[in-house]
Amino acid sequence: MSARLEELLRHAFPDATELSVSDRTGGGDHFQVTVAAPRFRDLSLVDQHRLVYDALAKPLADGTIHELRIKTRGER
Amino acid sequence: MSELREKIRETIESEPVVLFMKGTPEQVYCGNSGRALEALRSVGAPVTTVDVLPDPRIRQELSALSNWPTIPQVFVGGELVGGADIIQELAETGELKQKLDAALGDANPDTRTERVVQVGGTHTPFRFVP
Repeated sequence: MSARLEELLRHAFPDATELSVSDRTGGGDHFQVTVAAPRFRDLSLVDQHRLVYDALAKPLADGTIHELRIKTRGER
Repeated sequence: MSELREKIRETIESEPVVLFMKGTPEQVYCGNSGRALEALRSVGAPVTTVDVLPDPRIRQELSALSNWPTIPQVFVGGELVGGADIIQELAETGELKQKLDAALGDANPDTRTERVVQVGGTHTPFRFVP
């Protein structure tokens, strides 16, 4: 499942300088995602996280993701 | 706009710091709600909490208003500041304290207390008057 989420994030943030997904509990439904991308630079943290939520809208809506922790960073 | 959504909007706009959470400060039902609450407490925020569990419509209406899909949600001075991850991050960098001070102005820290409000739902207390 982590690989599927990573694919969705890579698609949404093709220019990411850092991108990782980890399964926090090993149960396949609690994830930590980290994304660093230039497009985050001028956005508030709220808007940065909204883009991540948008990218993962499907697995969030269908219950695949039970809990999501997000870390984002704007980079040059 | 629905009555419930209006009540949620009013709460966000009238309370200095609002935390929409699963449960109450006494009985937290979700790790992320707990993380957000602790981060707010760590900077001495006068948190007003709203439990979203009594009625699933609270969460639906809130997310429609805020354009934010998950719980918890923290508002300071009427503005969405974030969920648990952002609040924790801002508490660690000191930015949360700055935001709070800016929103609260010179309010006496002694008057900063935690409280729980309800925005409706099936668990609204019903008082029987004979």
